[in-house]
Amino acid sequence: MSALAKFGKQPWLWAWVGAIAVWAATAAYTGGTGSGQVMSAALTFGAFFVIVALGQMFVITLGPGNVDLSVPACMTLAGTVAMKSMDGSGAMLPLGLLLALAIGLSVGAINYSLIRLLRIPPIIATLSSSFIYQSAAIWWNRGLRVKPPTELAEFTTAKIAGIPVIALCVVVLAAIGHVVLTRTLYGRGVIAIGQNPRAAHLAGVKVERIRAATYMLSATLAGLCGYLLAGFSGGAALNMGEEYLLSSIAVVVIGGTSVAGGYANVPGLWGAALFLFLLVTMLNTMGAGAGVRLVLTGLIIIGVIVAASGGKRTT
Amino acid sequence: MSAESDLIVRLDGVAKSFGAVHALDGVSLDLRAGECLGLVGHNGAGKSTLMNVLSGNLLPDTGAIVIAGQDVTAGYSPQTAMQRGVRCVYQELSLCPNLTVAENARISHPAIAGFGWRRAARALIGAKLDEVFPGHGISTNDVVGDLSIARRQMVEIARAFAVTDTPARVVILDEPTSSLDAVVAEKLLKHVRRYVEGGGTCVLISHLLGEVLETSDRIAVMRDGGVVALDAARSFTRNSLVAAMGSVAETQTAAAADGAVIRDGAPVTLRATPSAPETLTLTAHKGEVVGLAGLSGQGQTELLVRVFEHAPGTDVSGNVSLVAGDRQSDGVFPLWSIAENVSIGSLRQFLDGFLLNHDKAFEFSNRWKDKIGIRTPDMADPILSLSGGNQQKALFARALGAPAEIIVMDDPMRGVDVGTKQEVYAMIREEAQKGRTFLWYTTEMDELRNCDHVYVFREGAIVADLTRAEMTEERVLHASFRADA
Amino acid sequence: MSALLSPRLLRSLLPPLSLAALLIAIFWLQPRTMSYFGLNLLLNLAVPIALATIAQMFILCVNELDLSLGGFVSLVACVTATWVHDTPLLGFAALVGLIAVYAALGALIHLRNLPSIVVTLGMSFVWLGLAVLVLPTPGGKAPEYIRSLMTLKPFFVPMPIIASVLIAGLVHLFLMRSALGTVLRGAGGNAKSLERAGWSILRIKMTMFALAGFFGVLSGMALVGLTTSADANIALRYTLLSIAGVILGGGEFVGGRVSPIGAVIGAVTLALAGSFLSFLRLNPDWQIGAQGAILIIVLALRVLISRTEAKA
Repeated sequence: MSALAKFGKQPWLWAWVGAIAVWAATAAYTGGTGSGQVMSAALTFGAFFVIVALGQMFVITLGPGNVDLSVPACMTLAGTVAMKSMDGSGAMLPLGLLLALAIGLSVGAINYSLIRLLRIPPIIATLSSSFIYQSAAIWWNRGLRVKPPTELAEFTTAKIAGIPVIALCVVVLAAIGHVVLTRTLYGRGVIAIGQNPRAAHLAGVKVERIRAATYMLSATLAGLCGYLLAGFSGGAALNMGEEYLLSSIAVVVIGGTSVAGGYANVPGLWGAALFLFLLVTMLNTMGAGAGVRLVLTGLIIIGVIVAASGGKRTT
Repeated sequence: MSAESDLIVRLDGVAKSFGAVHALDGVSLDLRAGECLGLVGHNGAGKSTLMNVLSGNLLPDTGAIVIAGQDVTAGYSPQTAMQRGVRCVYQELSLCPNLTVAENARISHPAIAGFGWRRAARALIGAKLDEVFPGHGISTNDVVGDLSIARRQMVEIARAFAVTDTPARVVILDEPTSSLDAVVAEKLLKHVRRYVEGGGTCVLISHLLGEVLETSDRIAVMRDGGVVALDAARSFTRNSLVAAMGSVAETQTAAAADGAVIRDGAPVTLRATPSAPETLTLTAHKGEVVGLAGLSGQGQTELLVRVFEHAPGTDVSGNVSLVAGDRQSDGVFPLWSIAENVSIGSLRQFLDGFLLNHDKAFEFSNRWKDKIGIRTPDMADPILSLSGGNQQKALFARALGAPAEIIVMDDPMRGVDVGTKQEVYAMIREEAQKGRTFLWYTTEMDELRNCDHVYVFREGAIVADLTRAEMTEERVLHASFRADA
Repeated sequence: MSALLSPRLLRSLLPPLSLAALLIAIFWLQPRTMSYFGLNLLLNLAVPIALATIAQMFILCVNELDLSLGGFVSLVACVTATWVHDTPLLGFAALVGLIAVYAALGALIHLRNLPSIVVTLGMSFVWLGLAVLVLPTPGGKAPEYIRSLMTLKPFFVPMPIIASVLIAGLVHLFLMRSALGTVLRGAGGNAKSLERAGWSILRIKMTMFALAGFFGVLSGMALVGLTTSADANIALRYTLLSIAGVILGGGEFVGGRVSPIGAVIGAVTLALAGSFLSFLRLNPDWQIGAQGAILIIVLALRVLISRTEAKA
C-alpha cells in the first residue's frame, strides 16, 4: 500500500497517464485504426523533443531564472552548417555530426560567458545571443535548403520491429541522462545549486564549473537535435527550431521537474513529449480547427499542471 | 492593584501537535501588564510554537487565548493579534528587502495611509529608532536590502514597538539580540525595561541566559512542550535555569584545563590577512582552535569565506570545509533529506569509478547521526523536519565529515540550545586534538573560552592577537571598540 | 561615498543614459529624425510596447513571469479590430472579461502554488487560439476614435513622447509612491511578512494580474490604433520584448525590484534599436543579430558601470 502510495506521488506519473489517456482517446475515436502508426510517429517526434528537453531540464534545475532560450537558434545554426558542409555526401556524415556538436558546444560556451561575465540573467543572455545565432544561420544558409545525406535521412526514419530506431537511441540517451542526474558529482551539484547556490558553494560544490557545463550540455544537445531533425525533415529550414522554444520548457515542466529548481526527473520527459505530440494528433484527428486546437492544447497544459500540483500551498 | 486586573494575556491549556510531535502539551501561562517575562528552553522545547500561537500564526488544537478578559480563540489570526496589541519580532527577519525602512513601517501599520502617508511613516519609524537605538545611523529612506543584518534587526524591533491606531500591549522578542553586538543589545534591553516600566508587557526569548536573568521580572522555563518552572527572575541563577531546562550544566573550566596546545610546537596550517589597511595577520597552527572575535559584522565572515575559497591574501595548506551560521541562506538544502544534506560535503568518498554509491553515502550519514546526536528517527526524513539546533548539527556533520584539515565556522551557534552547544564544543576539541585546525567566528564571549587563540576584528581589520592566557572579556571588549569611541 | 551617488541612484540612472546614447547615435546617423515628424515616426510603435512592458512589470513585481503576454496583446488587437469596432458594447464587455481572466489566473497560480511560467505558457496557446477564432485571416478595422487618439498631433511635443511620459509617470505615482503600491511591491519582497501584517497575498496577486491584463488591453488597443488592422500573430514578439524591456529598465526577476519609469525607458530603447539598425544600412541578414548585440552591449555597459561603482 505504502509502495503504491509512493508510486502515486512520482512526479513523472501524470505525464505518462496523460499520454496514455490521449492515445487511448484517439484510438477510441478512430476505432483503433492507425493507432500503431500514431504511436510510431509520436515516438519519432517525441525523441526530438526529448533530446532538447534533456538539456533544458538540467538548465532549469539550476534554479530560478535559468532557462536556455537559444535552443531554436542553436538547432537551426547547427543543422544549417552541418547540412551545408556535408552537402549530401554520406562520407561526410561523422564530420557533419562533429560540426553540429561543436557548434552546440561553442554556443553553450558563449551563452555561459555572457551570463557569467556580464552577469545578465540567463533568460536575457540566451535570448539576445539567440538573435545572433539566428542571423548567422540566415547568413550561412543564403536561403538554400541543402538535402541531407541519404544515410542520415534513412537513419532518422529507420524502424526495428515497428519502433523507430531514433526513439530507441534517445531512450538510451535519456537513461544516460538519468544516471548523470542521480549518480554523478555533476548531477548532485546541479540539484544542490538549484536549491541554494550559496549553500552549494559553501558546501564545496564547484558552482561556476557546473553551470558552464550545464549550458554547454544544453546547447550541445540542441545541436545534436538540429542535426538529426534536419536529416529527418529533408534539410535545415530557418524556422525548424521555432516550436522547440516553448515546447522544450513545456516538456520539462509537465514531466514533473520543478521550475523553481533543485528537483528534476528524466522519465517524465518522455511522458510529456509523447503527451504533447499525441494531444495535437488527437485534436487533428477529431477535426478541430487551428484555433480550437491551440486553445485546447493550452487548456490541457494548464489542466495537467493543476492536476499534478495537487494544491501544495500551505497557509 | 490586584494581580487579576493586571492580567493582559492568559493562555489556557494550549496544545498543538504537528503530526505525531506534541509541540505544545497543554500550556497555561499568564502575562501581566508591566512585566517582562523571560522564556527559556532548549531548541524544540516549544517556545517559538507558543509564541506563534500567541501572535496568531498558528491556531492551537485545544485551549484558549484570552486577551484583556476576552476569549479571542475563535478565528484568531495575526490581524486580530495585531488589533489586540500583540506584536512579534520573529527569529527570521520579516522585512521586505526591496522596500525602504519607512515603507516597511507602512506594511505592518495599515493605519498609515492616504495623502502624506510617507511622511507619517518616516516620522513614526524614525522616532522609534531614535528612542530604542540612539545613534543607529539608519535613514528611513534606506532600502532595507542594503542594510546590514544587525540594522535590519533594529528596524524590525523598532517597527514592533511603534504605535499607530492599535496599541502595543505585548511585544514578543524571539532571540532579538542574536545578530546584534553587545552595545546595541544593551540599548535594546534597556528599552525593554523602560517599556515595561511604562506598563507594557514583553516576552523575551533568548539563549543568552545572562540577558534573560538581568532583564526579566519573571522567567518561564519550557521543556518538551510544557512550562516546567515559572518564578520571579531573582529566584533563578544561571545554574538553576540550566538545571531546569534539563541539560548538562555548563562546564566552562573543563575546556580550559585540557587545552594545553603549544603554538610553537605545531606547524602553521594557514595564514590570512584581511583586506583592510593596518591589520594584523591571522595565523593558525595544526590542531588549534582559533577564535575570531569582535562585534558582529566586522569582517570575520568575509575572512572565513576567503580562507574557504583559498582566495588571494590567504595561504592555506589543506582542504577547508565550512560550517554555515545562517542556516537558511548559507547552509541547508531544503528539498533534500538529512542524509543528503550531510553527505554533500564528502561525495567524492562515495564514488565507485564515476558513479556515486548512495548506500555508502547513507551509511556515512548514519554514522554521523550517532556521533553528533542528530535527533531524528530516520536520516531519510527531510532536513526541514528537524528543529533549528538539529539542522545545525547536520551542518556540523557535513563539515566535520568532509575530508578537510581546516574547518571554518561562521558563528554557527546562533539560536542553538545550551545542551547542543556543549556537545559540539566537546566534539570540536576532540577533532582538534586529532590534528584539525578550526577557525571559529563567534559573537558569544563564552565560546571564546574554548579557543586556544583569539583574534579581535574591528572594521574589517584584525586589531588584537590574544593567546589563551591573555584572553579576558575585558581585553576583547577593549579591542572591539576604538579607543576614542 | 556621498549620499547623492548612492548605488541605488546610479543603478536607476543607467537606463536613461543608454536611451540617450541610442538617441544621439540615431540623430547623428540621420539628422532628419531630429524633428517633430521624425521623432513621431521613430517612436510611434514604442507606445504599445511600453504598455506591454508595464504589464509584464506588474507580473515580475510579484515574482512571476508572463510568457503569454504577446498572445494576449494579439488577441486584444483582434477583438478591438472586430468586436469593439462592430459592436462596441460586446467588444468592451469581452475586454473586461479578459482582464477578469487575468485576475483569475493570478488567483489560480497563487492558490494552487503553480509555476507561472507553465501556466502562462499554456495561456499563450489559449490566447493565440482565441485570436485565430476571432480573426481567422488578417484584417478588421480599428475604431475611429482609437485611430485618431493614436495619431493625434499635439503642439511641439510628439504624441508618443507625451504618452510615454504619462504612462511612466502615472504608474510610478501609483506603484512607487502610493500607500497601496507599497503593499503591492512588498508582496514581491517578502510575502510572508505581508501575510503576518494581515494583507491578503491572494488579493495582491489578483490585483497585480488584473493590472497586467488592463495594460495588456491598452497595449493591444494602442497597437491597433497604429496599424489600423490586426492579425492573430501581430504582437507575439511582445512577450520577449516586454521581459527584455523590464530588465533593460533596471528591473529584476525576483524580489519585487522593478521601476515603471525604467520599464518605459527600456521599452522605448528596444523600439528605437530597430530604427537605429535600419539607419546603419546593415546587411539585412544581420538585422536580427545586431538587435541582439545591442541588447548585450547595453547590458554589458550596465555591468561595467555598476562594477566601477562597486570598486569606488
